[in-house]
Amino acid sequence: MKKEDLPQDAGALDKFTREVCYVKNQDGKYETALSKGWDVKKEALDSAWTDVNERIEDARQAVVRGEKSPVHYFMELRLMDLPVLSGYTGFFSFFIKRHLKPSVFKNLSEKKLGKYARAFDVTIDELKNFKG
Amino acid sequence: METDIKIDEFRHVQTAHCENGVTTALLRYHGLDFMTEPLAFGMGSGLFYIQIPFLTVNNGPAISFRTMPGAIFKRTCKSLGVDVTRKRFSNPEKAQAFLEQKIQEGVPVGCQVGVFHLTYFPKEYRFHFNAHNLIVYGQHDDQYLISDPVMEDVTSLSREDLSRVRFAQGPLAPKGHIYFPEKVGVISNDLIRKGIVKGIRRNVRDMLSIPGNFAGVNGIRHTSNHIRKWRDKLGLKKAGLYLGQIVRMQEEIGTGGGGFRFLYGAFLEEASAYLQNDKLIGVSEEFTRSGDLWRASAIKMAGVYKGRLTEQKDFEEIADMLLNIRSVEKEAFQKLSKMDLGK
Repeated sequence: MKKEDLPQDAGALDKFTREVCYVKNQDGKYETALSKGWDVKKEALDSAWTDVNERIEDARQAVVRGEKSPVHYFMELRLMDLPVLSGYTGFFSFFIKRHLKPSVFKNLSEKKLGKYARAFDVTIDELKNFKG
Repeated sequence: METDIKIDEFRHVQTAHCENGVTTALLRYHGLDFMTEPLAFGMGSGLFYIQIPFLTVNNGPAISFRTMPGAIFKRTCKSLGVDVTRKRFSNPEKAQAFLEQKIQEGVPVGCQVGVFHLTYFPKEYRFHFNAHNLIVYGQHDDQYLISDPVMEDVTSLSREDLSRVRFAQGPLAPKGHIYFPEKVGVISNDLIRKGIVKGIRRNVRDMLSIPGNFAGVNGIRHTSNHIRKWRDKLGLKKAGLYLGQIVRMQEEIGTGGGGFRFLYGAFLEEASAYLQNDKLIGVSEEFTRSGDLWRASAIKMAGVYKGRLTEQKDFEEIADMLLNIRSVEKEAFQKLSKMDLGK
């Protein structure tokens, strides 16, 4: 990539930092230059977030319909999947899958709820009483 | 407790990639002024490609354009005969105590962290990605002074926030991973040249002869074959998200598939000066070309996730672009493997 071709499309990095890129100068030698961002990248990130937000909304509705427990909603809200949530709570994925069922969730002990609440950065009450 | 320690001789270095940056800045702090990001990357054999089978990350394919986390620091230091200390902890308090002790002793240290709870990052970038690296170079009361190599300037984190990112959970969990050069000996130009040659040889091996079909240059073909099937198998929407994930892995903050290819081109340019070998400039050009091709493929992929390109033939074209990249990189590494580099 030539130095003059380096994109300068402001995006989510704006006001945070610019990125170092390796570009070719006029003599055909490599040097570093700073870029504000690139639209191709920005759109990839935007589409990832659109998907995340849709997943959160789907999860919320599933809780409203009584098909899923609040654990499912907060897992999506915090961008987690089973391996990540398993890491933060110490529960095996197998058990987390069970806890996604409202019928199992309502009988969870305070201790287990506490682990979920810590992982999700919410209080036990917020977790227990989430109705969508 | 009143604490105010700032390791004055430490200089922040901004780089394209976090681990290169930590390696470069820490080695420069220990007197190796010749160290640059491309040199650290090349000696550490940083260039790679892998699509890890059966694994999804953030609901997309697990693809990496660089070698495994920690390898660049480890290999570059080893090549230069620099002794390093690396520690992981199961107990956050012990990890905290060890860090504090090192800062009191005036030693800047590298830490592996997760970005999800990294408070100074923009929210848009905070996914559960656990292989980010930063340097702690001082402490002011409850705040740690942080040099994050992907940022233009230094920043800070509270004790609590730092401990939280050092104990992020999930795949590649850092477990408080802390590392720093311990003892640096005399480094001759000959040793640097040997390190460069070793780095190139190892990178040739990793890209050309790694077993299996999902890593090295063959890994690019593996992904290309997947892409041909994505439209029918996943539907347009999900296929678009998967392609977006490839672009983000290439070009996410501090990384860059195209970015890494240019970085390797820059390394070979430096290597040609150290080794007095003009042929390396020619191969450097080929990596520049590969970097340009990766960027062109990203533009095409963007057409899909923006909903502009919807036909199977568009997916075929993207897949063909990747095959072309594979042959460019394969040829370049074959040239490197045949080259007489002297050592």
